[in-house]
Amino acid sequence: MLLSSSIAGKVLMALAGLFLAMFLLVHLGINLLLLSSDGGVAFTAAAEFMATNPIIKIAEPVLFGGFLLHIAFGMMVSGQNRAARPVRYQESNSSETSLFSKYMFHTGIVVFLFLAMHMADFYLIKLGFIAPPEGIGQHDFYHRAMLLFSNPWYSGFYALSFLVLGFHLNHAIQSAFQTLGLNHSRYTPALKVAGSAYAIIITVGFSLIPLWIAFSPLTRL
Amino acid sequence: MNFTLRIWRQKNAAAKGGMVTYSVRGVCADSSFFEMLDTLNQQLVDEGAEPVCFDHDCREGICGTCSLYINGRPHGPVKGVTTCQLHMRSFADGDTINIEPWRAKAFPIVRDLIVDRSALDRINQAGGYVSVNSGGVPDANAIAVRKADSDAAFDAAACIGCGACVAACANAAAMLFIGAKVSHLALLPQGKVEARERVLTMVECMDGLGFGGCSNTYACEAECPKGISVANIAMLNREFLSSAIRKDKAKPFSGGF
Repeated sequence: MLLSSSIAGKVLMALAGLFLAMFLLVHLGINLLLLSSDGGVAFTAAAEFMATNPIIKIAEPVLFGGFLLHIAFGMMVSGQNRAARPVRYQESNSSETSLFSKYMFHTGIVVFLFLAMHMADFYLIKLGFIAPPEGIGQHDFYHRAMLLFSNPWYSGFYALSFLVLGFHLNHAIQSAFQTLGLNHSRYTPALKVAGSAYAIIITVGFSLIPLWIAFSPLTRL
Repeated sequence: MNFTLRIWRQKNAAAKGGMVTYSVRGVCADSSFFEMLDTLNQQLVDEGAEPVCFDHDCREGICGTCSLYINGRPHGPVKGVTTCQLHMRSFADGDTINIEPWRAKAFPIVRDLIVDRSALDRINQAGGYVSVNSGGVPDANAIAVRKADSDAAFDAAACIGCGACVAACANAAAMLFIGAKVSHLALLPQGKVEARERVLTMVECMDGLGFGGCSNTYACEAECPKGISVANIAMLNREFLSSAIRKDKAKPFSGGF
């Protein structure tokens, strides 16, 4: 009864989503080290810590589980929702809603495609499934990131993906709390502002790094 | 005022429908939307054509019988009113107005603009009541209720069950409707007795009727003619989660007392 109900599915999706939102902050914190002009010492040390720390090693499969849960339930719920209106309206709905709330599935698909590319670029190389590209003397996350981000097209696409993720997150945070049953006349308006601020921090923070590396004359590989 | 109307016509549940264009003339600006449709239907009857079928009853905004998806919005462009309380002065002379039935798998079309909304009744039958023996009227102040709770319960109880929330929802979800029913009863001492079983049986019933799920776009709140807040959906989720977690292994509910 509990797990098969429509509400329970969304609660699991919300919990997984909030977990992923916390992970993004950690990821952003480490990525920002790419901007320090120490030749990647701090970033590499952080990446090394994430790769070897036993707690992080346990957290890694949990993180993959979180992604899978969020994506699987997102697909399932979207499918059920589409099936609930087999004949569409002739005139599309013009009710007052926040613009991005209606496009969570679409923005989610874009983020998923980005994630697939991101995994191929970094994780599969780390695991050795994909050979590292030619042209870098030393292969590690720092040099890999610097090489990729020095391409303006790659950096532009990366930033664009995070803009779409920002739209997703802008609705996601308050939506997750609402699904968990947390709606309050005093705290919900503040939570909506905090959710939007979080989305802006993630989008600007993650986008700044490749754009700075691609377009700043100060950056050297 | 003169209007061009594009109206969904469909002979019966099985027939293939389509939009048909009509022109209606000499409509008073202060007539209601239904009086305008009455004018159209009189024109059609005079021409020997089939009048357009639509649901209506009290025509004073309290019964929840009327529907209509007008220019992309349930109950039309004015906030906080039902279609019967919508007046033609809200449109410009010469406007083209699209009129469609409410679309949801759970609301099959009966004919033209009439849909079968008995799915909402079935959700209510699954638990949207209190099991008390009728008898003498109890003293109004015999059971103390917090003012904030009584206000919130009253706001939720304002739901007239029209289904505009389902019609507006991108997912054709009935979450605002069921949220209003569950909150209204769970907030009051009389309803608390059965609150745990009620929310589980009502959600189970809703899930089986083909409604979608809530993705928190809040179009329902924007279109509800009674201004029911999505805070009721959060309360429904809270009630559901706490009841589902605390539910006993053996089914405790035997359908009454």
